[in-house]
Amino acid sequence: MFAASTFHALLSGVPITVEVTALGSVLMIASAGSAGALRLSRRRIVRMLSGVYIEVFRGTSALVQLYFAYYALPLWGITLSPLAVGVVVLGLNEGSYGAEVVRGAILAVPKGQRDAATALNMGRWAQFRRVIFPHAITIILPSAGNLLIDLLKTSSLVSLVTLTDITFNAQRLRLSSGQTVQIFGLTLVFYLVLATVIDLGVKALERRAGRGYRTHLAGGPTVWERLRRPLAAHGRQP
Amino acid sequence: MTYTWSWNYVWEFMPKLLGAFPITLEATALSSVLALLLGLVLALLKRSDRLIVSAPITMASEFVRRTPVLVQLYFIFYVFPTLGLTLTALAAGVLTLGIHYGTYTAETYRAGIDAVPRGQWDATRALSMRRRRTWLNVIIPQALPGIAAAQGSWVILLFKQTALLSAITVQELLGVSQQIGSEHFAYLEPTVIVGILYFAASYPASVAVRLYERRVAHR
Repeated sequence: MFAASTFHALLSGVPITVEVTALGSVLMIASAGSAGALRLSRRRIVRMLSGVYIEVFRGTSALVQLYFAYYALPLWGITLSPLAVGVVVLGLNEGSYGAEVVRGAILAVPKGQRDAATALNMGRWAQFRRVIFPHAITIILPSAGNLLIDLLKTSSLVSLVTLTDITFNAQRLRLSSGQTVQIFGLTLVFYLVLATVIDLGVKALERRAGRGYRTHLAGGPTVWERLRRPLAAHGRQP
Repeated sequence: MTYTWSWNYVWEFMPKLLGAFPITLEATALSSVLALLLGLVLALLKRSDRLIVSAPITMASEFVRRTPVLVQLYFIFYVFPTLGLTLTALAAGVLTLGIHYGTYTAETYRAGIDAVPRGQWDATRALSMRRRRTWLNVIIPQALPGIAAAQGSWVILLFKQTALLSAITVQELLGVSQQIGSEHFAYLEPTVIVGILYFAASYPASVAVRLYERRVAHR
């Protein structure tokens, strides 16, 4: 039956999609974390360098960057495998969006927390690890979930630089069979399932990271309410 | 092996590359209008008291948001004709981008609407305003200024995402740059220049959005 063979052909692309997404997410987390934190460095030059990274990757789209790494870089003597191109470009691209999330989250930690940590004679690193990070991560996680799903979706672009992911197989099937409704309908379902798996995983992490945190703030504003306050302030109270 | 950059080549293809700019701008403008209108409609429908309205809309938006734009692009471009609806590549691209990012702008509208103080709603009730008038004259005008910057960022994102339309044969900036590259067997210059063009257009726009955001925040 045709549906079964379509299913299997698309399924054979799943490992590549998962591989690009998984490896890309490691790079995304590393670059978002470091660029986001360095954006708040005391040194101007460090702040500037991470700013340049963030703006360059946000200023053009992932597809343009993929083509650059795939077609242009080899001419400057830097030849990467298509998989490496996909992982590096997508990881750095989503990382540049993540960096802004990390920066915002660190800034959103109440100043009193930092003062208290200083009063307890904690060093800069201890402050970050034991006080700032646990607060910031509860703000970061919901956005991180969105960025991971974004990474999964953007991974479909690697099909345009010859990687045989789900989307590549869908295109190949279209050319050989022309059963477009079935092929692309099923492809969408494949991505939906993968994205839902990511969503559930991140939600579980959010519950874990939020343990004790919300109860501590019971009665006070939740993290989200604090984040939304600048927006809410626009409405003029009567 | 390294390749030397040729400015002569750049000057030769530049007019052709810039000739694709209007297509990119057209795709950006049309998909932005669609995304901003659709987003508002979706945001309003999602707030409906009737579950029969809000639930399917919420589920459909979630489906769109969890699947890649590229695959949606292929779906609309290749599947719609088999259903008897043939669109030009540009129309298919605009429709896809508009729908996809409409589900995102909807969330921004929602945040803006949520931020309108409760007292405003109470006041419209006290004045027994009709629902239509409440939305058009009270809620939406107050919700928009706070979120205009965020919606502007979506427009900038759409500008960059129009590059995807090259995958369904639209001759926009990226598509033309790759065509130039394949004609001359030299991808370096067109690929680099096209990246610079995207950056040169989107970076000032994002700085402008940030400045506007700051001004609104301090009002």
